Amino acid sequence: MSTFLGLPGLRRRGTGPDGVPAASADEPFGAVPHPQEPLRWGTSFPEAARETLKNEQLRRNLGHATATIRTKRAAVVDEVPDWEALRNTGSAVKEQVMAELPHLLAQLEENVTARGGVVHWARDAAEANRIVTEIAQAKGVDEVVKVKSMATQEIGLNEHLAEEGIAAIETDLAELIVQLADDMPSHILVPAIHRNRAEIRDIFLARMGDVPADLSDVPRELAMAARAHLRRKFLSARVAVSGANFGVADTGTLAVVESEGNGRMCLTLPETLVTVMGIEKLIPTYTDLEVFAQLLPRSSTGERMNPYTSLWTGVTPGDGPQEFHLVLLDNGRTDVLADEVGRSALHCIRCSACLNVCPVYERVGGHAYGSVYPGPIGAILTPQLTAASGGVSGADDVNASLPYASTLCGACYDVCPVKIDIPSILVDLRAREVDADRGRHRVDPWKAAMKAASWVMSDGGRFGLAGRAATLGHGLGGRDGVISKAPPPVSAWTRERDLPAPPDETFRQWWASRERAAERDARPAVGHQDGEGER
Amino acid sequence: MRIALAATCIADTMFPGAPRATVRLLERLGHEVVFPRGQACCGQMHVNTGYLDEAVPVVRNHVETFAPVADGEWDAVVVPSGSCTGSIRHQQAMVCRRAGLDDLATTAEAVSARTFELSELLVDVLGITDVGAWFGHRVTYHPTCHSLRMLRVGDKPLRLLRAVEGIDLVELPGAESCCGFGGTFALKNADTSAAMLADKTANVRATDAEVLTAGDYSCLMHIGGGLSRQRTGVGTLHLAEILASTREDPTPLPHARTEVAR
Repeated sequence: MSTFLGLPGLRRRGTGPDGVPAASADEPFGAVPHPQEPLRWGTSFPEAARETLKNEQLRRNLGHATATIRTKRAAVVDEVPDWEALRNTGSAVKEQVMAELPHLLAQLEENVTARGGVVHWARDAAEANRIVTEIAQAKGVDEVVKVKSMATQEIGLNEHLAEEGIAAIETDLAELIVQLADDMPSHILVPAIHRNRAEIRDIFLARMGDVPADLSDVPRELAMAARAHLRRKFLSARVAVSGANFGVADTGTLAVVESEGNGRMCLTLPETLVTVMGIEKLIPTYTDLEVFAQLLPRSSTGERMNPYTSLWTGVTPGDGPQEFHLVLLDNGRTDVLADEVGRSALHCIRCSACLNVCPVYERVGGHAYGSVYPGPIGAILTPQLTAASGGVSGADDVNASLPYASTLCGACYDVCPVKIDIPSILVDLRAREVDADRGRHRVDPWKAAMKAASWVMSDGGRFGLAGRAATLGHGLGGRDGVISKAPPPVSAWTRERDLPAPPDETFRQWWASRERAAERDARPAVGHQDGEGER
Repeated sequence: MRIALAATCIADTMFPGAPRATVRLLERLGHEVVFPRGQACCGQMHVNTGYLDEAVPVVRNHVETFAPVADGEWDAVVVPSGSCTGSIRHQQAMVCRRAGLDDLATTAEAVSARTFELSELLVDVLGITDVGAWFGHRVTYHPTCHSLRMLRVGDKPLRLLRAVEGIDLVELPGAESCCGFGGTFALKNADTSAAMLADKTANVRATDAEVLTAGDYSCLMHIGGGLSRQRTGVGTLHLAEILASTREDPTPLPHARTEVAR
């Protein structure tokens, strides 16, 4: 028996002709069926957000979880006296990486190869998926264990392997919850952040297969059930697939930081390890790890140090996997790199601090962003990555709505451990989206309004006249002086908010009459003219 | 000091109380205020909505209108808005450069170097926190995002408010969380904006304040619009309107819709 615990208000996405299966009754937990494109699914952000906002359970879960992580992060960051210096260093190292990327990648390849690893280059998701599949097929396995990885989410590796008859088992607890529920992750670090423990118990009971029937929703019991389930997988798996937090160019060392130890199991027990790494995850030297080992855990989980840091370099005979493959993934990154403003999005170390502080993310949740990269970083990374593989084509592309999914409040920039100026990039992407639509013959009320406003607002005389005209609406507010109903597009405002009626006199009119009075009194001391004539 | 006032487009036409109070306050403190009539808008709305080409003439008008401050005709430009000051300081030169107007960008930077948000002008430039104000009401303060994170005004507005005689200043829970305005965000993402606003107004109500104040009338229009719709009886006043208030000439409480008026 299963209970429906999904997101009842959430629109089922991508049904029909584009090949994405419609959600069916036997997918009771799936908030989002697996999309064809992990970086571009569903409706535009405002439409998707309208639906997710209706889910009060989701908002409670998210509000509680993000507030908890925010508080933890703030406490452990405050205790580091040189935090700002660390951020500056992290940012500078990443800038160096971007400036020297081709050289550093070649260095990484050379060092990985010298230590017995095999390096593969993947231009896009399809190539990366094919490479991983062929390795698994060559090993003759029908099951691989996985370390939580955004790169493999981004390319839809699990779905691709499933089509080839290979089951990919997620071993990170939250990722396992998402996988069992046939759901999509809604957070970079805490992919099941939209679920509470009662929902998780029901997902385990319905989907895990080997859990005690009297399983409660006590976190320890849930973790123990997952632990027993996963232990069997770790011990039988012959191939593991991971991502990488860092790839060290000067030694060929790969690094995964994690909390649960599942990663350590995957990285050490199976005979074959395949690591899929975005090319931007490079750092130049081993000593640079020192900077990021301090920045990442404090920014992500709010811990001084993460419990498990695994580092490996090629193959060590007699110890750990005896076959190691590194798949270097581009998938749009070199196009992002070519952009002077947008490229710093590639500095991201996937800590998710920006999600946890974002007032928009906190309310709408990750699924509204229609990408495996949600939140502020997703709003700048996703449209740039997909621009390369098909182009942000102005308003026609649902991803074009992502740069507008922010009030530009700046909280994300403040917490970013590598100082990505997310608000400025959002503005730049908005400009690109507007520019992409220039010259098209479409009726766009925004464009018309902005053009008209530009004319009025670029001249004091014209603006003064417009203000004076607005005062004619002073009476619209009635007895209370407020407007509560208005035609579109102002109706979007007045649905939830009153609008004050215009004043009976603009500031400019008040100033002019004050000056006239001062002149009449022939006392120039009160308000000085600025030399321009009276309007 | 001879100080030029950039009234901001929204305050000039919708909330003239803020620039009027700025004039009243600065004149009371012995300074001379001028209002360059060529001014209209700083261009922030166009920039943040992505219309950077359309922002160019707006920015040009602002920069040219206030260019005399760079030549010493005025000692400073004051703006009763954190977000407009932020746009002047962090966006105008970028807009000019993007349009290939390097000379205008240089002038924009020279103007912005002498442009200050009201609390910056009072505390950093004029060196005062006690402006001799009196305001006998319960007040809570919302630090607007751009004043907090773009300008880093820190606790300057609170230091100014704490020095006001008669004021009952109460802390706003969740103060640093955005109210959901975000300029055209409130229209383009109206549902998300409303969800953020609901939390902000709930926090304002929890303070039992009579007045919500901030350094920016755009955010106040948003939060105030919500407080008015919910008939909370909480009114909004700009920081300048409280600082301009004296025992002899007190700023009256703003009209606020209440349950009774329903």
